[in-house]
Amino acid sequence: MSALLQVTDAHVAYGKVEAVRAVNLEVRADEIVTIIGANGAGKTTLLNAVMGILPLKGGVTFAGQDVSKIDIEDRVAAGLSLVPEHRELFATMNVEDNLLLGAFRIDKATAARSFEHVYTLFPRLKERRKQLAGTLSGGEQQMLAMGRALMGAPKLLMLDEPSLGLAPIIVADIFRIVSELRAAGVSVLLVEQNAQAALKIADRAYVMELGEFILDGVASDIASNQRVVASYLGFQHEGASAI
Amino acid sequence: MNTTILLFLLQDGITNGAIYALLGLALVLVFAVTRIILIPQGEFITFGALTYASLSAGQMPGTIKLAVAMGVVAFAFDLFTFRKALDARRVLRSIAVNIVFPLAIWGVMWALGGRPGNIALNIALSLLIVAAIGLYLYRIAFQPIAHTSVLVLLIASVGCHLALQGFGLVFFGAEGQRGPAISSDAITIGALRFTGQSIAVYGITIALIVGLWLFFGYTLYGKALRATAVNRLGARLVGIRTSLSGQIAFLLASVIGAISGILIVPITTLYYDTGFLIGLKGFIAAIIGGLVSYPLTAAAAILVGCVEAFSSFYASNYKEVIVFTLILPVLVLRSLAAPAVEEEKD
Repeated sequence: MSALLQVTDAHVAYGKVEAVRAVNLEVRADEIVTIIGANGAGKTTLLNAVMGILPLKGGVTFAGQDVSKIDIEDRVAAGLSLVPEHRELFATMNVEDNLLLGAFRIDKATAARSFEHVYTLFPRLKERRKQLAGTLSGGEQQMLAMGRALMGAPKLLMLDEPSLGLAPIIVADIFRIVSELRAAGVSVLLVEQNAQAALKIADRAYVMELGEFILDGVASDIASNQRVVASYLGFQHEGASAI
Repeated sequence: MNTTILLFLLQDGITNGAIYALLGLALVLVFAVTRIILIPQGEFITFGALTYASLSAGQMPGTIKLAVAMGVVAFAFDLFTFRKALDARRVLRSIAVNIVFPLAIWGVMWALGGRPGNIALNIALSLLIVAAIGLYLYRIAFQPIAHTSVLVLLIASVGCHLALQGFGLVFFGAEGQRGPAISSDAITIGALRFTGQSIAVYGITIALIVGLWLFFGYTLYGKALRATAVNRLGARLVGIRTSLSGQIAFLLASVIGAISGILIVPITTLYYDTGFLIGLKGFIAAIIGGLVSYPLTAAAAILVGCVEAFSSFYASNYKEVIVFTLILPVLVLRSLAAPAVEEEKD
């Protein structure tokens, strides 16, 4: 099966400091892939660079098209979507308008279907559709951010720390929805600090440390890898680099 | 002072205030969407007014040549941007917007052959010319530096103002001009006489404000513009181009500026540099509104108009001084009320 997203030899730098080094990443169709790693490992940087928010040196191919030189907006139109760590909602606009704008680049008929799909996945958003996004709870804001991204009918959804700062019961809900997306034909690239939950729903996983991938493979293998267990799943060692 | 004078001054203040409200709203709109403080707004007023006056006098205004020239430059900029991925559809669109559009306006004017057309046609042509200039101004001067700081954008904005004012002097000369009134009728209610022109000012101001409200509240592009103002990165992540939002904002601002100019040129004589001062009063209203609030800006504009009317009655020499002094207590209050804000980075 050919890859939906293929990142080859990616380098991302903030000035002289390289935050991501020589990373190769692949996400296939109908697949949930997760990148786990400690805080500051470069996971968010990598996602932002794949989306085009940060400049990336290396190759990015999406759905057979070289997207490494095109703008964020064109990557969105190609079917790549990012739910960023800070969600970046339109706080002073209501839930419905936030979702509507998520479908800015697609036609009206598809947008109507997207509305139905999103409201089925997140019934809470339908109840709150006239409420301002900025007044939603953290969990609802995360749902809205995911809903807005799904409105554009993306082929690949990239989620940056969707569980950050949320109550466990909401986290479980969000992870359940992520695993349902695969059935709806949306691939997911999930960046998480909550490695346990991420590895449970993912097909494959990459482990990132200090800007490099140090391990990759089938999620269940990664979950039983002793180093991973020691560093990310079991007791947290100081510095988390017992590899 | 008696009641009649009071009413006259209020009427005068509200008429001027309505114009300042339009300009203030345009400034808030452009700043919210692009972070640009639109100093050339004054030139949109002058260009609109004097283009209309020239057309009415049967002259060919120089602004059309400027529009065509800026269109060519904007097209060149577009081609340079497209060089990595030359796409026929985008090039055709760019030709239509930057080359065909201004040439079509010129064609209509050329077909008129210097005969003064009717008022509606002259107004339409003036608006289209200024709209084109506004659109290309964003493309040429601001789009390439859209991601820089507010300060850089402000400096570019001052530069554009100076350049356009120079062009204004070349095109229209140093003498002032007046244009024909939209309507010469008048009605008298009690002691007050309402000219058709002042009624047009109220009517068009209200229509524009309602129109903008509908545009921002109920259309996809209006909402996209608001979204860009609220969260620029969020807007890009749903595929709204910052450059598209900027172009729409400039288009609206230039048309609003031109309408304001066309509305006042029958009432006062306009010179090539008058627009700046009028724009500045709209700017005061916008500052009182904190560059974010539309209703506050509109209310402040009426206040500015009334203060101006009353100070020209009591101390006409100090009229401008008093109006511009309004800004000081507002800035003091705002700086006391609001904690220090760091400039947004993106």
